[in-house]
Amino acid sequence: MSNKYTHRSGIVKIIFLAVGVIFVLRLSMLQLFDKEYKEKAKSQSLRNITQYPARGLMYDRNGNLLVYNEAVYDLMVIPRMVKDLDTAFFCRSVGITREDFLARMEKAYTYSPYSASIFLKQISKEDFGRWENVLYKFKGFYISKRTLRIYDRPIAAHVLGYVGEVNEHDLETNPYYKRGDYIGKSGLEASYEEQLRGVKGKKIMQVDVHNREIGPYLHGQMDTMPMEGMNLYTTIDADLQEYAEKVMANKRGCIVAIEPSTGEVLTLLSAPCYDPNLLVGRIRGENFKKLNSDISKPLFNRALQAQYPPGSIFKVAQAMIALHLGVITPQTGFVCDKVIGCHNHPSARSVQEAIKMSCNPYFYYTYRRVIQQGKYKNIYKDSQYGLTVWHDYMTRFGFGYRLPIDLPNVKKGNIPDTAFYNKWYGRERWAFTTIYSNSIGQGEVEVVPLQMANLACIVANRGYFYTPHLVRFYGPDSIRPPEFYEKHETGIEREYFDIAARGMYDVVHGAGGTAHKADIPDIDVCGKTGTAENYGNDHSVFIAFAPKENPKIAVAVYVENAQGGGGTWAAPIASLIIEKYIRGEVKRKDVEKYYTEINPCQKLPLTRRIKKPRKR
Amino acid sequence: MNANRLPATEKKHYDWVPILLYVGIVLFGWLNIYAACYDEYHAQVFDFSRQHGKQLLWMGIAFVMAVCVLLIHPRVFSNGSYIIYGVVLLLLVATLFIGTVTNGGQSWINFGAFKLQPSEFAKFATALALAKYISAIDIDLTLPRTRLTLALIVLVPAGLIFLQHDTGSALVFLAFLLPFFREGLSHYILLIGLLAIVLFISALLINKFLLMGILLAICLLYLFVWLSKRTSKNYWHTAIFFVVCSLFTLSVDFTFDNVLETHQRNRIYVLLGKVEDPRGVGYNVNQAKIAIGSGGLVGKGFLNGTITKADFVPEQETDFIFCTVGEEWGFVGSLLLIAAYVWLLVHLITMAERQRSVFSRFYGYCVASILFFHFAVNIGMVLGLVPVIGIPLPFFSYGGSSLIAFTLLLFIFIRQDADRNALI
Repeated sequence: MSNKYTHRSGIVKIIFLAVGVIFVLRLSMLQLFDKEYKEKAKSQSLRNITQYPARGLMYDRNGNLLVYNEAVYDLMVIPRMVKDLDTAFFCRSVGITREDFLARMEKAYTYSPYSASIFLKQISKEDFGRWENVLYKFKGFYISKRTLRIYDRPIAAHVLGYVGEVNEHDLETNPYYKRGDYIGKSGLEASYEEQLRGVKGKKIMQVDVHNREIGPYLHGQMDTMPMEGMNLYTTIDADLQEYAEKVMANKRGCIVAIEPSTGEVLTLLSAPCYDPNLLVGRIRGENFKKLNSDISKPLFNRALQAQYPPGSIFKVAQAMIALHLGVITPQTGFVCDKVIGCHNHPSARSVQEAIKMSCNPYFYYTYRRVIQQGKYKNIYKDSQYGLTVWHDYMTRFGFGYRLPIDLPNVKKGNIPDTAFYNKWYGRERWAFTTIYSNSIGQGEVEVVPLQMANLACIVANRGYFYTPHLVRFYGPDSIRPPEFYEKHETGIEREYFDIAARGMYDVVHGAGGTAHKADIPDIDVCGKTGTAENYGNDHSVFIAFAPKENPKIAVAVYVENAQGGGGTWAAPIASLIIEKYIRGEVKRKDVEKYYTEINPCQKLPLTRRIKKPRKR
Repeated sequence: MNANRLPATEKKHYDWVPILLYVGIVLFGWLNIYAACYDEYHAQVFDFSRQHGKQLLWMGIAFVMAVCVLLIHPRVFSNGSYIIYGVVLLLLVATLFIGTVTNGGQSWINFGAFKLQPSEFAKFATALALAKYISAIDIDLTLPRTRLTLALIVLVPAGLIFLQHDTGSALVFLAFLLPFFREGLSHYILLIGLLAIVLFISALLINKFLLMGILLAICLLYLFVWLSKRTSKNYWHTAIFFVVCSLFTLSVDFTFDNVLETHQRNRIYVLLGKVEDPRGVGYNVNQAKIAIGSGGLVGKGFLNGTITKADFVPEQETDFIFCTVGEEWGFVGSLLLIAAYVWLLVHLITMAERQRSVFSRFYGYCVASILFFHFAVNIGMVLGLVPVIGIPLPFFSYGGSSLIAFTLLLFIFIRQDADRNALI
């Protein structure tokens, strides 16, 4: 049945179809072309839960645990979900004041009312245990587990380093890290960050509108398991380290002890030391500030970062190079004519005697022969040639560049080359007489204590060294960093090093030797004293190795601003370290007691001392 | 499409297309309700404490009623039109007094454990009453009295529902304009309505005087460019048109600020993009868009919707159920659902046109128009094309009253259609 308006059925159908088409167009816009909604959906309905792997542990060379982890708890809050909170009860339970509560809430709210932020950081297991059973009453709060580093013994802070939250720079340079992650900030924690940290795992949970987890996303298909961090097996001897720190406890200075045959660092400390547990957890910020502002600079790792003129110890290397170049023979003698200042002693008739007596004029003449070998008539050109050769050999001794030890922030010291002096004085405007101070380890030469210990290793090994290092191997597969098993030769004959070793033996044992205080009954200690000039009183420096044949330990000891030369303070302390390591205990109790208790370091702040030429 | 599967000896010619589309939409709807309120602890299908379980019950009742309607003689409905209409009016009045308030609307009457929403039944009762009235042999649609009566039949239930603060359901009665249009209502009414909407939105979006300037320009263009010969009548009409439009434009602010309620104003602002508040008043629509948009081409898969499953979209089993389709079934699933609705609607018009009686034809148009209004407003709102108006998606949204009422609405017409060849 139809009438005159039948045609309007077509119009109605067209309206229906048109609406359908509009919907389909709109749908295609939303679902096919606009990617914005997919991103939004992910960000609001999925919660990425990072699963932190346990950070690797560290052991000493004898298998003693140095660093391990302990669980701590972060109290998290989602401000919008905090409901019916009994604030007074909450504050009492958690142990904060009402003002603190309000401030923290305000901060969390400002960050985001809807997403979680840390309300209270690093609550210890004990503290958390006290109010764990009432946590359910605090709607909107939950607990997130973390781990903290714990140091079994309060030692080796400078070696182990510390862990802290990533900063802006870390976030920018490495996409692995997310805000709030922890990263090794110094020491081995920083050098072996990649091995220690492991690989984070990821769990994707679906959350509902109230931010409650309602189950794994895609049944956990996208989740990844965390990979545990690798353990570090270090070269440190914890007993020796602890002993050395005890000896240095009241002093300023540093000790580096190395096993010469391998380059394994047995002990490395910078005094004053501090308990590494101070830089862990909630107390870190405050303690860091304290340590950082301490006038004795406990955070400064002197063993790697303090650059001093090496002083007399440098003479050992000078002698080796001169002998190798043939500019002197083992029997060469020079009269102690005080061409540069010296103490009173008979003239050295051989290299061995010169090392024993540390004769300044002897090395003045020796160095002159090295620098001015007579290759060129022009003394400027001749000096340039000589310095270049000398610089080359010094570099082979591990001087003048950063020893690639597995610790961050190592200084390189300075071995001046021709470019250095050309820049300083101008081309062909310097010769031996300009730079003679280098001969006795003064002038422009600078070294760090680590390089000094390495020099002791070179003599102990009679001519070569392995890069000093602190990690033997790491991980379940015991990976050994190959660069630490590479022998570095000085290229100087072994027989000359025997002379040096004999000279260093005489330093401790011979008549006229400068370090009789380093003598240990039944152990052949070889050493060399030195004095590092600087602002304030000179540093007392001593390097040594023992025993003379098949040395087990090489050590460098610096005692800051301790007037009296290397033989007075550094030498006996070095002998304590050597005895402790070789014997396992120190039998000379009186020596031990005296040098542990006394503090020869000039009081801080330093006042400039009037220099007296006194080099031994 | 005229799949006539019953033997020719039977007089009834059931049209299976709407029946199958109905069954398909209802079942698909249930799957989405199940998904919307799904969680691991309530995966049980027959859990009558959950909405998907209850909906199964409603579906059972609806199917039984549908079969009953198909078995009852169609004259029962045409003859009983006024009675049904009267009963529903009584229920609507009763709701005002004994109804329970939910979501700000007083639309439910409690019958023991069940709640009845009379406004859902008012639509088909009104359709029946209108059809009955308009199919009278001596009807003269040109008489103002007739028109007034027809208008009253629509406006009384609409007004009562409006008094229940259920603006959405009241607006549905606008759908009756389409059947009237088919029966000869001047198309100017529709055009004026359209013009009013355009002016209303424009007035909210741009400066009112600029808008009046544009109107004036259009009028002048019409007079001096479009018309070849200008009579004084033309001038008068154009002038009146301009004045009325200008007055309307100027009144928009007043209407908007004083007649509409705050949430209604906000919904319109959100739609027009004048308010960006994805956490506040724009939350629903924003979440709906996120849910649908994240579905992509083929969706995340049944029960895998992350937004809808996690309760980000409020009212997701009822008014915002289309989000679940969009998220879990993607563009393909949504397209099929829209196609099913459009097919059903267009087919209903085809069916209505083949009726011999004015009653059936008019009723058919009412059915198509009511379903269309719900379809257009509900999906339009979820897609962010129409302001948020809380009305369900027919056969699809959770809700016993609406499912049963829509089922009755549709199947009464299918029953009429089956007897289309019989003389009434």
